[in-house]
Amino acid sequence: MSAPLKRETYLLSRVDLPDSHRLAVYKANGGYAALEKVLTGGHTPAQVIQLVKDSGLRGRGGAGFSTGLKWSFMPDPAKDPRPRYLAVNADESEPGTCKDRVLMEKDPHGLVEGILVACYAMRVKTAYVYVRGEYRQSYERVEAAIAEARAAGLVGQKILGTDFACEIWMHKGAGAYICGEETGLMESLEGKRGHPRPKPPFPAGFGLWGQPTTVNNVETLSNVPFIVLRGAAWFQSLGTPKSPGNVLIGISGHVERPGVYELPLGIRARTVLEECASGVWKGRSLKAWLPGGSSTGFLPAAKIDVAMDHDSIKEAGSMLGTAAMVMLDETACTVRAMQVIARFYDHESCGQCSQCREGTQWLHQIFARLERGQGRREDIELLSSLANGMAPGKTICALSDAAAIPTHAVVKHFRDELEEHVRLGRCPLASPHDVSDWVAEEAHA
Amino acid sequence: MGPGKPSLPAALVRELEELVTHYPQRRAALIPALHRCQEELGGWLAPDTLEACAAFFGLEPVEVFGVASFYPMFHLHPSGKHVVGVCHNISCALRGAEEILAEVCRVTGADVGKVSPDGRYQVQRVECQGACTAAPMLVLDGVFHENLERAEVERVLGTVPKGPRLLESLR
Repeated sequence: MSAPLKRETYLLSRVDLPDSHRLAVYKANGGYAALEKVLTGGHTPAQVIQLVKDSGLRGRGGAGFSTGLKWSFMPDPAKDPRPRYLAVNADESEPGTCKDRVLMEKDPHGLVEGILVACYAMRVKTAYVYVRGEYRQSYERVEAAIAEARAAGLVGQKILGTDFACEIWMHKGAGAYICGEETGLMESLEGKRGHPRPKPPFPAGFGLWGQPTTVNNVETLSNVPFIVLRGAAWFQSLGTPKSPGNVLIGISGHVERPGVYELPLGIRARTVLEECASGVWKGRSLKAWLPGGSSTGFLPAAKIDVAMDHDSIKEAGSMLGTAAMVMLDETACTVRAMQVIARFYDHESCGQCSQCREGTQWLHQIFARLERGQGRREDIELLSSLANGMAPGKTICALSDAAAIPTHAVVKHFRDELEEHVRLGRCPLASPHDVSDWVAEEAHA
Repeated sequence: MGPGKPSLPAALVRELEELVTHYPQRRAALIPALHRCQEELGGWLAPDTLEACAAFFGLEPVEVFGVASFYPMFHLHPSGKHVVGVCHNISCALRGAEEILAEVCRVTGADVGKVSPDGRYQVQRVECQGACTAAPMLVLDGVFHENLERAEVERVLGTVPKGPRLLESLR
């Protein structure tokens, strides 16, 4: 093992202050200093993009793409004077994930400042914050923060007395998971069904209303003011060389203390489980876990010593995703868990691509019948073959992959459990009480 | 709008006229506008409401219906006075979501997906609401009730007024 990771918090440093969502508290704790630094300190937009590139910040929405590089894809306004937009992806909907919500509810000015710095760097004059419809308090808090910032001359025209102008508008979604996919989000923001668009063209060239657009996640943007104030070298002193900085890790499911914790990338999953979440609940042992939301694929308990960074999790056979760990104890059934997950992707498929529209339904039905005890011997091969037909790269967006990946993982790591469901003709782990109604209800749905 | 065609209340039209100025194209305000219509006009999107919305945006009614039907938060049928959603996704399922749902059904007398016999509640399963570290949860008229225990369900359901739903003004 290399040297222990440096532990310090910044993203959540303000969230426990009384009235942490108010401008006065934010400013009294270093708020808007980064905006002032870039606007009045002689930083060109290109220098800000270079700084974010140098920091190595990777997007926190799930894909882990370099934020600075993404920003640099926006065309040079001298050559391409079209209007340009920033769309803030606050449509946090990946099952297991609830970390952007903490930032929006408790530190909304941190997001607003991140948006302003990003807009300055990319010379964007209009940003939209696309908040999932269910996040009522997040919406209200960010909306109120924008209003406070506007009244203080931080949003609108002549920001901080400079020529920088930027408007930020709130936009409420309406409950469709697919709108967290960046092109689905743009379609939805245009007032349409959230049908993802084929790529290319990429948003930087053809985004909202066909104009240059960047889509960034809430947590990603909330990192930016800190990078501006403390520098790329400081950011790189946290986390790992390829995954620098801190990340908000949510841990839920069968643990004593579920929560959202700020930790350096590269922290061992076991540390999150044992130190932050006080271990598996009820004195039980761990059976399986998801490292980054429901689309990332179960890992067996034996992999709990893996480091929570993009490359290490990939090597272990899963993905960091949104760093939303979901833990299953020894009494949990992975087939039942997969039924829940497959049901979700079946419900959320937008229906454009046949592989996804049909595949997610089939996965759901097969996991449901296995759990009901009506599975067939050939179902396990059928699951693999369906998942192979759905991904990778066979559809417009990655929702199909999101259903296929955990299916492959459960066949790989928990094949015995699938086979036992077929052999016994029932779920070996369910008590007669809980096989009950929901499975029956679904069978008749 | 021609005579006899459904239209939106004047106050709502004024509000939506401001909303459309946030975007380079009017249609972009459609989904936020549907939220406001649903909140103000009885908790669901009646055919007349959709038609009036279409007229406001200069769209065909079928286009507006196509959008409204895509998004789970829009109700295209009259709902109970109070909508109770129980999250049944993974983090909640692992911590007793089905017990919470069963208790909601017992207390309200409603089947899943149905309105209670007294018309007061509509009970539904919902997908992940982003309360995973505070599971299990239910959402009652848009308000999250987290870290729920079965014994608390009856009290939580009693927090809404007995009369018609108070439609909050939320944009």
